[in-house]
Amino acid sequence: MVAAPVAEPAVLDVRALARAFGRVRALDGVDFSLRRGDVLAVFGPNGAGKSTLLRILAGILRADRGEVMLGGARFDRTDPAQRRRIGLIAHASLCYDFLTAAENLEFYARLYGLADPRGAARAALEAAGLADRAGSLAVTMSRGLVQRLAIARALLHEPELVLLDEPFTGLDQAAAATLRAELERLRERRRAVVLVTHNVEEGLGLATHVAIQVRGRFAEWGPRPADAAAFRARYAAAVAGG
Amino acid sequence: MGNVVAQALVIAAKDVRLEFRTRTAFVSALAFTALVLAIFNFARDPTAVAAIDVAPGILWITFCFAGLLGLNRAFALERENRAIDGLMLAPVSRSALYLGKLLANLVFVGLVEAVALPLFALFFNVPLWPILAPLLGVIALATIGFVALGTLLSAIAVNTRFAELMLPVLMLPFLVPPITAAVQVTSRLFAGRSFGEMAAWLKLLVGYDIVVLATAILVFDFTLDE
Amino acid sequence: MTDLSRAERARARSTVVVLLGLVLIAAACVRALAFTPLEVSQGAAQKIFYVHVPSAWVAFLAYLLVGGCSILYFFMRDPRLDRLAASAAEVGTVFITGVLLTGPIWAKPIWGVWWTWDVRLTSTLFLWFVFFGYLVLRSAVPEPGQRARFSAVLGILGALLVPFIHVSVYLFRTVHPAPVVLNVRGPQLPGTMLLTLLLSLGAFTVFFAGLLWRRYAEAALEDARGAEGDDGAR
Repeated sequence: MVAAPVAEPAVLDVRALARAFGRVRALDGVDFSLRRGDVLAVFGPNGAGKSTLLRILAGILRADRGEVMLGGARFDRTDPAQRRRIGLIAHASLCYDFLTAAENLEFYARLYGLADPRGAARAALEAAGLADRAGSLAVTMSRGLVQRLAIARALLHEPELVLLDEPFTGLDQAAAATLRAELERLRERRRAVVLVTHNVEEGLGLATHVAIQVRGRFAEWGPRPADAAAFRARYAAAVAGG
Repeated sequence: MGNVVAQALVIAAKDVRLEFRTRTAFVSALAFTALVLAIFNFARDPTAVAAIDVAPGILWITFCFAGLLGLNRAFALERENRAIDGLMLAPVSRSALYLGKLLANLVFVGLVEAVALPLFALFFNVPLWPILAPLLGVIALATIGFVALGTLLSAIAVNTRFAELMLPVLMLPFLVPPITAAVQVTSRLFAGRSFGEMAAWLKLLVGYDIVVLATAILVFDFTLDE
Repeated sequence: MTDLSRAERARARSTVVVLLGLVLIAAACVRALAFTPLEVSQGAAQKIFYVHVPSAWVAFLAYLLVGGCSILYFFMRDPRLDRLAASAAEVGTVFITGVLLTGPIWAKPIWGVWWTWDVRLTSTLFLWFVFFGYLVLRSAVPEPGQRARFSAVLGILGALLVPFIHVSVYLFRTVHPAPVVLNVRGPQLPGTMLLTLLLSLGAFTVFFAGLLWRRYAEAALEDARGAEGDDGAR
């Protein structure tokens, strides 16, 4: 476990976050904070509002109430400088099927205003082990390779806050291992990570902090529990009882 | 400000590259245009009506239909792999997104028109050379208004179940001004009339374009704001 | 007082206004048919005027409401504005349909044809299509927030572009009888006819207001019932 330095402001500070869709209260008051190097695993059943939480943190969705503080300052979705500090890895790749791997990354490099888009894309492809597939259309790549491309895309601009929405879905062993390694690397480089998953095993192994989200609220939030079995029991109870 | 344009160009370039890599939509739109023009030849009595009398209407109806087909692609292609989320995530202003899509649509529709126009001149035996410059001018004006409106409405329509049907239903009433103006100006051009007789229609077109573009740019952020 | 009971009371009260409107319209019709002189050139067919014109007036009111609420929603995002716009669009469509039906009924005996592409009727036709598109769009977007946003954008486009449609149609052709009331030289109608028209206008406006309020109250009631249901389940 990494000990957080005391004086530094939290990368992410969320207070009383709420969001409804018509009558459905997807988020109903969520509070937590995250420091550099923290990996928060948010567990919850379908419909708990985990994706909604992530999309608000990513700036894609607006909150009805509550506050998000990014690095001590209020998170303004329209501020490009703040948007540049966030990365999102979803289970959809966010890449274009009929662009090559290199073209996809170059496109995003340009959108993020990177100095040398082509160079940055090439470097990211090498780091992801995709250098030999640079000229391949994304549609010709397997799910595992596409996931690697998606990760490369998400981390291209070196975001401080990395959000992952059920990233292990549909991955085989090898791809899952690669993803796990990437998350380790993020933790080592002291990024803040929010990982949403319903796979308790995967999540617990990687997390420094955990939360259980049910019906738009955190039923539990804190450092990773020492007793995994008890946690799993509490999770099962929370899911069943609501 | 320059940043918005730069980002818009990046997005437009990406769209154009994608469009011409797959080519299906573009080629289909071309074939469709040629077919519509050809069928119009049979949709009149050649002994009763001279080609030149119905030609302006045929030209613009054809442009209109081909344009409607092409407009839906712009946002439909962002649905695969939820690429739209990537665009919303990136530090790109919504205006840049709108302008980028607008530019890409203009390229697409413009190219279809560039092929349709000579074909039209051929099928209906209409001498275009003497009036080519002003004709291109009115085509440009009407197309800008059409595409500006369509880019905004397609961003909305793509979220509904029958997007291909929803877009025309929403757009067509608002296309009355540009299409009426375009046909009136075109027919006066074919008849060799003076500029004074077209001035009112041209003013209408320009006013329409300005209102549509300005409105679209102002409300686009609001439209996509979840 | 809860939202639910307030909505129920609004619905009851609005129903009273609707009925009042109907009575007033009936009274205006009686006056138009029995107590207003026949018009010299058009005869009995002209009586439709007392229904046709007020319907058009109400349709115009509805158009202003939808446009205004849409623009305000853009700035304020108040769901009540969206509710009012939707109600105005639904009720307005009914009256626009009325204009389009009474127009030909009036036109046939006077001009000999059911339909002419004259300026005001044509503009009304396109206004109908704009309203129709608005309602179809609303029915195709299930999520309330998104539906309100999209409707507002369409409403703003309508507010700004319908005048362009009207100018296009006007530049294209003019055949309609010259405006009889809204004429630069002052109303051209003789006293009794003008009075009947104004009474009819008033009656239709009351009826429209009642229907609008009733529709709005229905929508509010639906939302209140839904919210209550959610709270009960918690």
